Amino acid sequence: MPAPIRLRELIRTIRTARTQAEEREMIQKECAAIRSSFREEDNTYRCRNVAKLLYMHMLGYPAHFGQLECLKLIASQKFTDKRIGYLGAMLLLDERQDVHLLMTNCIKNDLNHSTQYVQGLALCTLGCMGSSEMCRDLAGEVEKLLKTSNSYLRKKAALCAVHVIRKVPELMEMFLPATKNLLSEKNHGVLHTSVVLLTEMCERSPDMLSHFRKNEKLVPQLVRILKNLIMSGYSPEHDVSGISDPFLQVRILRLLRILGKGDDDSSEAMNDILAQVATNTETSKNVGNAILYETVLTIMDIKSESGLRVLAINILGRFLLNNDKNIRYVALTSLLKTVQTDHNAVQRHRSTIVDCLKDLDVSIKRRAMELSFALVNGNNIRGMMKELLYFLDSCDPDFKADCASGIFLAAEKYAPSKRWHIDTIMRVLTTAGSYVRDDSVPNLIQLITNSVEMHAYTVQRLYKALLDDISQQPLVQVASWCIGEYGDLLVSGQCEEEEPIQVSEDEVLDVLEGLLVSNLSTPVTRGYSLTAIMKLSTRFSSLNRIKKVVSIYGSSIDVELQQRAVEYNALFKKYDHMRPALLERMPIMEKTATNGPSETVQTNGETDSTILDTKHLPSISQPASQANDLLDLLGGNDVVPIIQTTVPTKPASAGGELLDLLGDLSLTGGPTPTPASSVPMSQPPFLLDGLTSQPLFNDIAAVIPPMTAYNKNGLIIEFTFERSNPNPNIAVITIHATNSTEADMTEFVFQAAVPKTFQLQLLSPSSNVVPAFNQGSVTQVIRVLNPQKQQLRMRIKLTYTHKGSPVQDLAEVNNFPPQSWQ
Amino acid sequence: MQFMLLFSRQGKLRLQKWYVPLSDKEKKKITRELVQTVLARKPKMCSFLEWRDLKIVYKRYASLYFCCAIEDQDNELITLEIIHRYVELLDKYFGSVCELDIIFNFEKAYFILDEFLLGGEAQETSKKNVLKAIEQADLLQENFSSQSPHNCLSTP
Repeated sequence: MPAPIRLRELIRTIRTARTQAEEREMIQKECAAIRSSFREEDNTYRCRNVAKLLYMHMLGYPAHFGQLECLKLIASQKFTDKRIGYLGAMLLLDERQDVHLLMTNCIKNDLNHSTQYVQGLALCTLGCMGSSEMCRDLAGEVEKLLKTSNSYLRKKAALCAVHVIRKVPELMEMFLPATKNLLSEKNHGVLHTSVVLLTEMCERSPDMLSHFRKNEKLVPQLVRILKNLIMSGYSPEHDVSGISDPFLQVRILRLLRILGKGDDDSSEAMNDILAQVATNTETSKNVGNAILYETVLTIMDIKSESGLRVLAINILGRFLLNNDKNIRYVALTSLLKTVQTDHNAVQRHRSTIVDCLKDLDVSIKRRAMELSFALVNGNNIRGMMKELLYFLDSCDPDFKADCASGIFLAAEKYAPSKRWHIDTIMRVLTTAGSYVRDDSVPNLIQLITNSVEMHAYTVQRLYKALLDDISQQPLVQVASWCIGEYGDLLVSGQCEEEEPIQVSEDEVLDVLEGLLVSNLSTPVTRGYSLTAIMKLSTRFSSLNRIKKVVSIYGSSIDVELQQRAVEYNALFKKYDHMRPALLERMPIMEKTATNGPSETVQTNGETDSTILDTKHLPSISQPASQANDLLDLLGGNDVVPIIQTTVPTKPASAGGELLDLLGDLSLTGGPTPTPASSVPMSQPPFLLDGLTSQPLFNDIAAVIPPMTAYNKNGLIIEFTFERSNPNPNIAVITIHATNSTEADMTEFVFQAAVPKTFQLQLLSPSSNVVPAFNQGSVTQVIRVLNPQKQQLRMRIKLTYTHKGSPVQDLAEVNNFPPQSWQ
Repeated sequence: MQFMLLFSRQGKLRLQKWYVPLSDKEKKKITRELVQTVLARKPKMCSFLEWRDLKIVYKRYASLYFCCAIEDQDNELITLEIIHRYVELLDKYFGSVCELDIIFNFEKAYFILDEFLLGGEAQETSKKNVLKAIEQADLLQENFSSQSPHNCLSTP
């Protein structure tokens, strides 16, 4: 058999292939030749064949049949063979392969080879892809080499040790003695890799970290080395654009960061050198900036004095003005990290940051956007919002959703006036309407409802927006809801804030009907507009037209629409006397928690809180209910509050029947809320009183009843709940501790523990004295993450001092209302 | 560093060094996606991008893209310097390196990389020392005929 062709020859040949098919053919032919050559156990050409195989592997072709051959090459005595063999091992044999472990013995032998380059090959391979078993077996060898005086091997052994520690953390201890005098080396390679090793050890183990801080006095050593690097003259070997060994400088700075974090003494010891590096480093090239960047990160993380921190932020500010995009990017990233802690200092650079919104680079724009939102406050809201809205107009679609949400949040927090707020929302809806998140629709509706004086203005603006464009669903949904609610204000032309428009009832109905038939409307939008049309039946006089529309949709293919239409039809036919009551104006919605009864009525006997979870407030959608079941209709969210306002005014006829219906509802109500709800549910009048005294219509977040978690020796602890809006798996519990005895409870500490599937976060308490005679309470917020929606249980421990003696108690809390964890 | 990829402007892979254990299939998938993402970047954009949970640092040298995936706590700017140092090493070794050198001598490109980085970290910060080590190792290769690397010593 002729000698297999050489590697370069093969590469040249394959590159002449003009099509993929041609290349595949050549490869297959060569693979066949290689395979038969392997079968012949030919030692001379094995190396050549494996090299060719590696080339073909890089092109994407399978090369697994060469794995064993790599092992044979590694075991060979020839250096060339070993070189290719180890390369093949690193490329073809990762730890998932069965043959992987067979390498262990070869590597062990080579680690003790007489030639350092062979030892180097072995260390390199082990350090790149050694599995945990291999690392366990060979850690001893690596440790030995870590102590050798040969710097070529020592530096490799250090990085190999890093890999071993990553794979088998328990072995970290074993390398500790060898690290003793690593930093006294002169060789930069060894220094660099030693710093990497020390960094790995300190990051992984707090014990190691404190050991290195205190016993080894690592910080002064590192400071000394860094100082030498900066002060020493030009060293051609390690110079990069006038800076001496920037790689080492950066690694030292990173290790200093870890050592200084949270430790006053260490931080103080490094203050000077950090200031020196920050002020003396040449900034004209990327190298210098790389070092400054690392320095800034270190300054911000350790307990540095304020002057140093300001210096760091100013460096970042200068970075922002740099022509180099990369530097600007890095600056924005760092500022984002520090904006919480050094808010004022970052504010100074606000205008530069806002300018970055106009940058061409996507990553820079995103960072600038996030940072801008972090910097918005009551003072700069108007200016910032202008910039952000402009950004929203012109940014990429990927940004629009985040930007819109951010704007809503900022507007909610810092809106200088209601009109401004509504204008801002309108602007967002009209420019980025289709990117707005789904949950913004109910939030916006709530906002609009609560700005009572702006109703006319809002509905007018929304109406005008609808006339322009009906493609943006969130806008359309909010608009149709508002028109449904405030249509009367619209046609009566009552707007004060701006020029009132003249619009007739028919025109309004035209628009709403247009939404129903338009291809652009989603089923949800259609639902909104049908409901809006229905509501207008009590506000407009064109009843016939509305009745016609409603009856047409009674046979709609869309089940949702059909159900609604049929129910509304029923409202016209059988329950017309209730219609005005049901379709009355919505009351103001609050986001506060309510007590039991109101909630029972809303749950309408369903055990889970899915009804409450329907965030579309006006929608009466209840998939499980039957079309004609009015009870279900009443169980719907938007109907119940209306009953509340009606009852006082129409007690006799409608009210009476409503009362009965509600009475029914309450009796069929499902899981009763926990002991804390003190209102009995079988008394309809009382039920209604409960309704009138408290706004029924609540944000989903609020409908979990509070409960008493603990009641002993005069100490009562109540839990009230809120569901965290962005993350429905987090329940926010506020504890209220009151003391009915005649002496204060001091040094009050509340602790809680939850089962393993939960996560608990306890925020700081309002105080640790619970005053006597119920004169006040201690509140504390607990956040519970419950991703698996399991039943919430908690064990609490209370410690306090009462009348001079310490009291301790443990209790289990098992009576959480189901809504708090479902 | 988790991995380094070298690829041409047409998306052909010229070198791949993985410092994390992944299956062949996963490596192929990552390579494909990342190459697509990087090639889609416009020339004026910055050298960093976020991809999955990694930071990607890339730089184009002539017709080759050098692309590294680093972790959150790694310094992007110094990674650019690492890439540059590797290019300088290749340049010194091959004498004005071009893509063809790396195509035809890919195993040497790997050897040089393995003398410069180990386990994803730099093992030697002196250019001189890296090149010296490579030179010495080359001398050890059997059937060694001449000094110049272009003569494909002990041709596999």
